[in-house]
Amino acid sequence: MSNPTVDHQNGRAAKTDLYQAHDYMLVDELLTEEQKLIRDSARAWVKKEVSPIIEDYAERAEFPSQLLKGLGEIGAFGPTIPEEYGGAGMDYTSYGLLMQELERGDSGIRSTASVQSSLVMFPIYKFGTEEQRRKYLPKLATGEMMGCFGLTEPDHGSNPGGMLSTIKDAGDHVILNGSKMWISNSPFADIAVVWAKDEEGKIRGMVVERGAEGFTTPTIHKKWSLRASATGELVFEDVKVPKENLFPDIRGLRGPLTCLSSARFGIAWGAIGAASDCYDTALRYSQERIQFDKPIGAFQLTQKKLAEMITEITKAQLLAWRLGQLKDQDRATPAQISMGKRNNVNMALEIARECRQILGGAGISGEYPIMRHMMNLESVVTYEGTHDIHLLITGMDVTGFNAFKG
Amino acid sequence: MKFLVCISKTPDTTTKIGFVDGNTRFDTERVQYILNPYDEWYALVRAIELKESNGGSVTVINVGSAANDAIIRKALAIGADDAVRINAEDTDAFFVASQIAAHAKDNAFDVIFAGKETIDYNGSEVPAMLAEMLDMPFVSYASHLDLAGNEATISRDIEGGEEVVSVQTPFVVSAAKGMAEQRIPNMKGIMMSKRKPLNVVEPTAVEATSVISSYTLPPAKSEVKMVDPENMDELVQLLHNEAKVL
Ligand SMILES: Cc1cc2nc3c(=O)[nH]c(=O)nc-3n(C[C@H](O)[C@H](O)[C@H](O)COP(=O)(O)OP(=O)(O)OC[C@H]3O[C@@H](n4cnc5c(N)ncnc54)[C@H](O)[C@@H]3O)c2cc1C
Repeated sequence: MSNPTVDHQNGRAAKTDLYQAHDYMLVDELLTEEQKLIRDSARAWVKKEVSPIIEDYAERAEFPSQLLKGLGEIGAFGPTIPEEYGGAGMDYTSYGLLMQELERGDSGIRSTASVQSSLVMFPIYKFGTEEQRRKYLPKLATGEMMGCFGLTEPDHGSNPGGMLSTIKDAGDHVILNGSKMWISNSPFADIAVVWAKDEEGKIRGMVVERGAEGFTTPTIHKKWSLRASATGELVFEDVKVPKENLFPDIRGLRGPLTCLSSARFGIAWGAIGAASDCYDTALRYSQERIQFDKPIGAFQLTQKKLAEMITEITKAQLLAWRLGQLKDQDRATPAQISMGKRNNVNMALEIARECRQILGGAGISGEYPIMRHMMNLESVVTYEGTHDIHLLITGMDVTGFNAFKG
Repeated sequence: MKFLVCISKTPDTTTKIGFVDGNTRFDTERVQYILNPYDEWYALVRAIELKESNGGSVTVINVGSAANDAIIRKALAIGADDAVRINAEDTDAFFVASQIAAHAKDNAFDVIFAGKETIDYNGSEVPAMLAEMLDMPFVSYASHLDLAGNEATISRDIEGGEEVVSVQTPFVVSAAKGMAEQRIPNMKGIMMSKRKPLNVVEPTAVEATSVISSYTLPPAKSEVKMVDPENMDELVQLLHNEAKVL
């Protein structure tokens, strides 16, 4: 059997992952035994499969595609999809816990799972025909087939309603033109869930398969964030998409926004994982690192940092847990999910920055996970609705005024 | 082949250990429990592997209250077919072994696995007592086990080396590190575990044969004293007079 502490791809000895989860308010007692088993299994899997290799892949800006099969096995792909389509029929809290553990390893690995689950499998299940469900979902659930989600365009990010991609009716198929930008998983995806406007200007969703003529997926290079996740473009030049690949009934922005709500829910949980990993690392370091003859954790300034961090993590855990309850009762509003995504990702980013300082010079090194998490979180705070866009959603929800158009 | 695996729960390895009631009882407040690693990683996984290659079934058995159902479900998620829980507090090794023996007697298991010890009390007693009660051979500290027909070849860890023994089924074996590789439950296993039978059985009347009179924590680690590598005399003197190990 292979030794998980050695990265067999480059023979380098990998670091031991000392991570211990933190649960200050005994939030665990709010979870079911099954949810804890799913969470603990994912945690063990991340320790065994992700931690030993992730720093190296991030450094080389390469996606560890050997993890896909394992991700499928632990249920990271479409856990809430019913069993008859290859999913696990689990609740949303379990999905959130899975995302938390994956992001504890790396936001890029979590992103791959978020996209596959919430942005590819979810719309096919929710908006797709029975044939589309049967054709794609079982293979997507195992990771044998991978998908991506094309909404953002070069000139339309926060304002996707202004998109320029179009489809034209051509009998038994449509002709798709346009381009999508910043698409996670695009470089290796087998299928893309794409949103484009029809001749009436209504947004439609469809599945575009790799190999279709005129469809290319150039990789985006030079990222300093989510380096272990592959990001690219989707370029469509007169691509023929069979009409049976279109989602039959959904029209308008509601389609993609419903998917985003599901993904953002997972991100609200995921951020807790990244924050916990940073906090855990900094806490241990503060107890071991001696300056002025004392562990730095004995200084009040370090304690202030750590005490505030565990307080913020605890609040984020409770927010995510409550959001999970609401989501499982099908009552979570998009605005509530926005609040969760915005608060928890911002919390994680601030904690990553503080933790990096606690480690001093060591904090910038790949010997510790903090700088990687910090850089990753710069993407997480931007994608799926930027920090400010989510603030505007809450602002609109509480005042009734739409401030998006200035 | 019918395999029985004895499983128990232990405090998580990161638990802060404390005692209450005049140091006679382990303080269970805020303690997280796990499936005993020797039972889970080695005994259970090897039993499942043997079932996968030889056919048959794997039953897990635990003596404990309903609070133990979580670790039992985990064993089912890893791949056991069904579970039995004897509904009683696991007071001492004799009590536990008696309960398991009472159940095993009527069920004709070919191999009964246990971990070499639990990582809390480190008693290593249950499988030996069980073998005696069932009048079966017992092989302890097994780090490797192969089965060909009714004959098992087992490697045992012994001081400074290894011993290889062969034994006929039925027998009892306690598993040490090396017997198998840990299996992390996957989603399919977790889903299936919900539908697998967990039979709760009432205990037979047995009295525990021992009571714990008290626990003591090891002395707190003292501060590290640095000795200059050139200063051998000081080191020898400290080892003599302070550490009193020479
Ligand atoms: C690594 C990565 C992966 C991604 N993966 C995907 C994917 O898989 N699929 C996909 O479709 N997209 C993906 N995205 C795109 C992401 O969703 C967009 O980057 C994001 O929505 C922001 O759009 P933008 O980059 O065009 O920025 P812009 O929309 O141009 O925003 C620039 C700035 O202006 C602010 N701003 C914009 N409008 C307003 C306003 N009304 N009021 C106040 N401030 C405003 C924003 O908050 C931001 O600070 C990904 C992005 C990254 C970085």
